[in-house]
Amino acid sequence: MSEENRSTNSGETLLRVNNLRSYFHTRAGIIRAVDDVSFSINNGETLGIVGESGSGKSVACYSLLRLIPQPPGKIESGHALFDGVDLLHCPDEQLRDICGNRITMIFQDPMTSLNPYMRIGDQVTEPLVIHRRISRAEAWQRGIEALREVGIQDPVSRIRSYPYEFSGGMRQRVMIATSLITKPRLLIADEPTTALDVTVQAQILELIRKMQLELGVAVIFITHDIGIVSSFCDRVLVMYAGRILEAAPTAQLFYQPKHPYNRALQKAIPALHEKGDELYTIPGTPPDVSKPIHGCPFALRCEFAVEKCLTSAIVLKEVAPNHQSACLRVQLGEIDLTPAR
Amino acid sequence: MSARVEALGKPPSDDPSLIEAERGTSLWRDAWHRLAKNKMAVASMIIFITITLASFSGPFFLKQSYETQDLRLGAVPPNAQHWLGTDTLGRDLFVRILYGGQISISVGICATAVALTIGVLYGTTSGFLGGKVDALMMRVVDIIFALPFTVFVILLMVFFGRKFVLLFVAIGAVQWLVMARIVRGQVLSLRHQEFIEAAEALGLSKLRIIFRHIIPNTLGPIIVYATLTVPSVMLLEAFLSFLGLGVQPPMSSWGVLIKEGAEAMEEFPWLLIFPGLFLSITLFTLNFLGDGLRDALDPRASKD
Repeated sequence: MSEENRSTNSGETLLRVNNLRSYFHTRAGIIRAVDDVSFSINNGETLGIVGESGSGKSVACYSLLRLIPQPPGKIESGHALFDGVDLLHCPDEQLRDICGNRITMIFQDPMTSLNPYMRIGDQVTEPLVIHRRISRAEAWQRGIEALREVGIQDPVSRIRSYPYEFSGGMRQRVMIATSLITKPRLLIADEPTTALDVTVQAQILELIRKMQLELGVAVIFITHDIGIVSSFCDRVLVMYAGRILEAAPTAQLFYQPKHPYNRALQKAIPALHEKGDELYTIPGTPPDVSKPIHGCPFALRCEFAVEKCLTSAIVLKEVAPNHQSACLRVQLGEIDLTPAR
Repeated sequence: MSARVEALGKPPSDDPSLIEAERGTSLWRDAWHRLAKNKMAVASMIIFITITLASFSGPFFLKQSYETQDLRLGAVPPNAQHWLGTDTLGRDLFVRILYGGQISISVGICATAVALTIGVLYGTTSGFLGGKVDALMMRVVDIIFALPFTVFVILLMVFFGRKFVLLFVAIGAVQWLVMARIVRGQVLSLRHQEFIEAAEALGLSKLRIIFRHIIPNTLGPIIVYATLTVPSVMLLEAFLSFLGLGVQPPMSSWGVLIKEGAEAMEEFPWLLIFPGLFLSITLFTLNFLGDGLRDALDPRASKD
């Protein structure tokens, strides 16, 4: 298991998730954070997952590596096949061997995702040390290269620094170096730019893109910024109340929306409004996922909703080539959505 | 964003700073360098080591023993022959202080070390595992805490006889409880920090996370508390000795000497002043040392 574990035959399914359900059993009831989610990602692909806070996008990805706190969290059902291994049911040792090695993660807040008591170098090389068992000197050498690749100036001396000596953007670069040092096949980026200011955000996105092209790594990009998705992702899942409401290639998602929620989200993008226009907002609030939801979770806020939206079972179905929607009325051909603008 | 690609293929094997980088990357080594720059801490360390060495090796070079009495002499103030004077039984105070130091320092250090080890391991385990295990482990701590300390010590003495080792056990058995609580609290707040999650996502084993990521982050409060534990342990020992459960005469400890000195302080003040001085100086040095250690272990505190 070395460099060979990244195959470049793109187009082949890398990870397939089926019927994932992650519930949190709290005193307030069962929180259905992720409710029957299925998706897949191909080699080298960038998959965006968008949704508002609490829509379950992060929990879905954390569940894949069993990182949700258990208890109260519990993965109720589902399979996640990666390289013939079911991540949700394999032994802990096997999962630990995959985590940080072939699947890695970047977190939201770079200020807190580095250990303040460890040198940058020790953190960057930690995956190599535990997964590849190479000598410390060699790991350190690779660490310097990795830092140089992510654009840290003077990596030979900076590798000895502590995290407090780095700015937020630099720390996120260090996180990226750490997560790519083992040349993984899948990188899960959980809102990696949310905590950064806009210029740094652009640099980090550019860096992820560059590293992705160099290494051929597939990226799951979790964000609530639908604008980033449009420029960055090949394919997008729109999540809401723990479910996927729409899944489509990026262009189709924007130009041929097939779910009212997606369309409403796009209508709310400020940049698409005329100057002086009142900004559009979606009325209402997301449903309480601690109670079972019958019918469509978005129905109560949806301008197209009718009686049957609240009563019928909702499933994600292909409504156009490569384009899935969970909207009953779109599936039945009753409504035809126009792009937001 | 510019210099990121071009330097990629360069073989930097003969880079001197790299060889230096491989050395001394451990937190402890760094801490040692920073501690060496802290004058107060270094001075404290030297004084503490001097007192300790004197206590343990000094009596070999002195002709009197701690129990050598000279009843005709009685209590005399400090003079050329008896540097720190003698007590009412004519025993040399300096010699008694050195012997007492053996007891006080070893009780202080050993009991603290015991408390530290048990407390840190217990607290970390409890906080890290969380949930029901945590609740159970903390209830055990509560129960032991609720036991009256003196009764506990008396029971120990009754069952196992009056042994010196029991003093360590008894004191350590009480002191680790607070340590465990402090550490658990720290670990709980660390547990859900992103860098711990990141470590889990990197596929680190639980043990590695605990020893590489969690414990170093709790060291600050642990060390401060440990330096506070040493004096309280020394005072506890004096208290037990006072009850007749600790050190027995003619043997003595600093606590015992201070207690005896306090009784005679109006007539023979040096009997209180000198043992008190030794105890205070030791505690002072330990506090400075603890402070210095805490700063030294925090990479953010270094401004060099």
